[in-house]
Amino acid sequence: MKFTLSWLRTHLDTDASLETITDTLTMIGLELEGVENPATSLAGFQTAYVVEAVQHPNADRLRACKVDTGTEIISVVCGAPNARTGLKVVLGLPGAVVPANGMQLKVGEIRGVKSEGMMCSTRELGLGDDHDGIIELPDTAPIGVPFAEYAGRNDPVIEIAVTPNRGDALSVRGIARDLAAAGIGTLKPFAPAPIEARFASPLGWAIEMPQSCPYVLGRVVRGVKNGPSPDWLQQRLTSIGLRPINALVDMTNFFTIDLGRPLHVFDADKVQGGTLTFRPGQGETFEGLHGKTITVRPEDCAIADASGVISLAGVVGGESTGCDENTTSVFIECAWFNPVSVALSGRFHGVASDARARFERGIDPALMPQALDAATAMVIELCGGEASDVASAGAPPAWQRSATLRFERLASFGGLDVPADEAIASLERLGFTVTARDDASVTVSVPPWRNDVAGGTPLEPFAGLAPDRLDAVTAGAAAMEPEADLVEEVLRLRGLDAVPAVSLPVDGAIPAATLNPSQLRRSLARRVLASAGMAECVTFSFMPRDVAALFGAAPDALHLSNPIASDLDQMRPTAIATLALAASRNVARGIASLALFEIGPVFHASHEDGQPMRAAGLRVGQPARHWQGAAAPTALDAKADVLEVLAALGVPMAALSITADAPGFYHPGQSGLIRQGPKTVLASFGALHPKVLAAIDLPGPAVAFEIHLDAIPEPKRRKKSQPDLPAFQPLSRDFAFVVDETVAADAVLRAASGAERGLIERVSLFDVYQGDKLEAGKKSLGIEVVLQPRDHTLTDAEIEAVSAKIIAAVAKATGAVLR
Amino acid sequence: MSDDLDALKHATLASLAEATDLRAWDAIRVAVLGKSGSLTALLKELGKTAPEERKARGAALNVLKTELQAAIDARQAELEAAALEARLAAERIDVTLPPQPRAQGLIHPISRTMEEMAAIFGAMGFEIAEGPDIEDDWRNFGALNIPAHHSAREDMDTFYVPAPEGEARRRVLRTHTSPVQVRSMLTRTPPFRVIVPGRTYRADHDATHSPMFHQCEGLVIGRDITLGHLKGCLIDFLRAFFGVTDLPVRFRSSYFPFTEPSMEVDIGWSRKTGEIGGGTDWLEILGSGMVQPKVLANCGIDPREFQGFAFGMGIERVTMLKHGIPDLRPFYESDLRWLRHYGFNPLSPAMLHEGV
Repeated sequence: MKFTLSWLRTHLDTDASLETITDTLTMIGLELEGVENPATSLAGFQTAYVVEAVQHPNADRLRACKVDTGTEIISVVCGAPNARTGLKVVLGLPGAVVPANGMQLKVGEIRGVKSEGMMCSTRELGLGDDHDGIIELPDTAPIGVPFAEYAGRNDPVIEIAVTPNRGDALSVRGIARDLAAAGIGTLKPFAPAPIEARFASPLGWAIEMPQSCPYVLGRVVRGVKNGPSPDWLQQRLTSIGLRPINALVDMTNFFTIDLGRPLHVFDADKVQGGTLTFRPGQGETFEGLHGKTITVRPEDCAIADASGVISLAGVVGGESTGCDENTTSVFIECAWFNPVSVALSGRFHGVASDARARFERGIDPALMPQALDAATAMVIELCGGEASDVASAGAPPAWQRSATLRFERLASFGGLDVPADEAIASLERLGFTVTARDDASVTVSVPPWRNDVAGGTPLEPFAGLAPDRLDAVTAGAAAMEPEADLVEEVLRLRGLDAVPAVSLPVDGAIPAATLNPSQLRRSLARRVLASAGMAECVTFSFMPRDVAALFGAAPDALHLSNPIASDLDQMRPTAIATLALAASRNVARGIASLALFEIGPVFHASHEDGQPMRAAGLRVGQPARHWQGAAAPTALDAKADVLEVLAALGVPMAALSITADAPGFYHPGQSGLIRQGPKTVLASFGALHPKVLAAIDLPGPAVAFEIHLDAIPEPKRRKKSQPDLPAFQPLSRDFAFVVDETVAADAVLRAASGAERGLIERVSLFDVYQGDKLEAGKKSLGIEVVLQPRDHTLTDAEIEAVSAKIIAAVAKATGAVLR
Repeated sequence: MSDDLDALKHATLASLAEATDLRAWDAIRVAVLGKSGSLTALLKELGKTAPEERKARGAALNVLKTELQAAIDARQAELEAAALEARLAAERIDVTLPPQPRAQGLIHPISRTMEEMAAIFGAMGFEIAEGPDIEDDWRNFGALNIPAHHSAREDMDTFYVPAPEGEARRRVLRTHTSPVQVRSMLTRTPPFRVIVPGRTYRADHDATHSPMFHQCEGLVIGRDITLGHLKGCLIDFLRAFFGVTDLPVRFRSSYFPFTEPSMEVDIGWSRKTGEIGGGTDWLEILGSGMVQPKVLANCGIDPREFQGFAFGMGIERVTMLKHGIPDLRPFYESDLRWLRHYGFNPLSPAMLHEGV
């Protein structure tokens, strides 16, 4: 919302400085967006007089002028056709910057004639579109006066952001009222004189859509002469960036800004038949004043005459009945439209008009008769003519509401103890009127322009609330919301800075844990993976649908209805996918080797909560060569990452099992699932499938993992048992088993560990051999078994017995023979 | 001393001197003192010596044995020292060789900020609450007093996914973390304090907007929580987070559908240098307010019984301000060079006693 300081002063009696005014606006919720004084851009331009204008000796289209600046006569070359002797003009002197193009003026010579200044058009000064010639000032204009001052442009333009609840602040008067209430000056009275009706209105209204248009007033003024509006009005409009059109239209724009009261003017002679009807659209079309064709729908409130639809109520008027310079009889519309109807129609048709902005926030329903009188008076003042009586239809919407403030709530809710009298005075300055008061509370009626206070929009309660709970909370909201509105008004005007800050009281000196177990798991996993040399990433939750499909699934349920870009249209099935895309970008930038991870949600249509939390990681590329050698990542590196995290999260590692049925985006022969028990999958790991790598243009090797953090059981918080610290030395024995190459190493290790549970402390694999010393299809696995005696040193016979058991157990489980 | 003993002594000392390694030394030791060593043999022959000579001979042999033992031990020490010297010389490496690199991992700045928020608000008794990114529109809009016709619900602002089977309304990608306010009020028993850091989505993509970003919501519900507590809590947080104990904080009246009174919060900074707490300019940093009574009621809390405040801030925004990060988009690009530049050491997590 833009307005000028001088416009504000037509409603506000104040001698406060501009800075005080703008600071106050910001603090009371009308946030300052900017202040600009056009005089700044007009510096260096002044009024002047063309003493003589003659044909340029060397150029057909130029004139050589002698111009009186008020202090001297200078020579100016001018190309404007209207530069002539005796004209009063706007002259830019050397050093001035032309607002329209940023060019700095200097003394020059044009085709052999000296030019010491520039006479300007409206457009060059950034004051309008007129570029037919230089500005012609009236003969009465003084010479040598700064143009900004002469033209009344030394008037700061203030722009504020108006929040959606404050329709009343989309008017200069509303802003003035708020400032006055905040102690900046006094609001001037607004009391337009009643208009004398000279004849009965030949046009009337019919309302067939009362939910959208409950109330409308209108009045014909006949015998008007439309034309350009006077300078003061044009200047009001141009100062805030509106284009003057003609007096009748300019009048409506003026009241839209001045009172926040959009009006519409029909050329009464162009209206067909005697009645304008508000009714649902039926697919008809009309040409809007914004230059576009509108097709009205049944949910739109259209205005129709005998010829059909001519306007879209509250949003945009129609070309066919618009006022132009030939208009001699005008019908002024002053209506109240349902804010939601206007918002939905305006949004659907893509029209963002000043009228719509005000109607959809809600306008003052009580101001309508006075606003119509003020508008009529201005039409008569600007264009002459005489007014009819008022044609009306419907009834004003009910706006009367009251609200009660218990004074103690200012402190117990608002945190500031405000004396009752001061609180009431604040409300009264805003236009609230006291209807009842006692020691503890005051009841006020809400002014009609404040539909945000005690507005009573309906609740949307949780569907699962028990009926008695619903009754209680409904009553609670009805009681508390209007009071909260009043507390807000009182605090807003006093400034929230006045409320003393109070630190939150704490229950005890030491707070309880902030993170729950699931959050703690993520936090730990993040530190473990970063400590393992991986860089944490945050990638988008959405990704290209075709790539998502490569990584598992791209269900319709997770396909965005309105993606912002075609490559951000599917919720990711795994963060491995978005990490792989990130890795691909890094490789394209020349980073050959990298390790990335991310902890965040992934999206599954079938998952019970749809959004499991997972830790995903990716190791990619051949590391830089090193004199000691550098190994490329393998599937087992990804497995090691997983095991490190699981161990840190307290998962009992001995009970884990590995199966080779990882998802299809992994290399089928180099991937696995890590399971706890038969059902629970804790993680997947492996090399990425070459097909996937090719599709996303990621050079391998690339290995990845995904840890299902939600599936990890909470570690038991029992006290640890006593540690097992036997006094006898452990001893170790090595075995080499030959097995079929398809036998899993894990099966050999497990069989060996289980051979004599009380004695075997640990089994580890130290060698895997496949080659020409063995028959084809076989491999040799070298394992070390560590025995831990508990109550005596083992005899050779006992060691032999254990060895035999180990060999037998491994043979039984895997068909192995001792090499 | 007899000649033979004297000869043995000199021969032994001479050969010890000639021995240059422990092997030669050991051969001498065995040859003299071993089971069949020359001195051992002489000792064995002592019994055959005439009784009158035996005592003197015995004494002489013992003296010789002590002497030779000492000489042999001394030579051993010398040779061992020389051998160690030689070994150390042989084992010398080029210590300027580059070692195997150990990859340096790091924590993303967004995670770091979330950790810091957890630490600071945790000290004020907050817990962390969470909810799904894909929400129903009641929790994202309706319950928060954002009516059906509100412009925020338009396609141009909000991402949608199709309605689940059997439901009429499309799901939304939550446009703020506020739906978790609703979830918290429905599931927790007041009084409670929660913060909600998380992913949020809006259909906006330019230099200063990302279609996915992060917010941290806060909600405090109690019987006697006032606007004064709102101010105190946020001032305490902002000063701790930015590490500026006298950071100027300003509260301006504003409007949000889900709070009343609503206010924007500004902090003092210098627009010119970007210094937080310096200069005379104000920078908008978060939105806040007392929870709208209707929002409490929608979530089953009687506003006559409980009241409270809520706030929300952009995690990327405060991270950029705190660390002077100029651009938003690299947060999500996973450019390793950027991550290395702005990432945090995983072994130095945000902890109040170490300073956030």
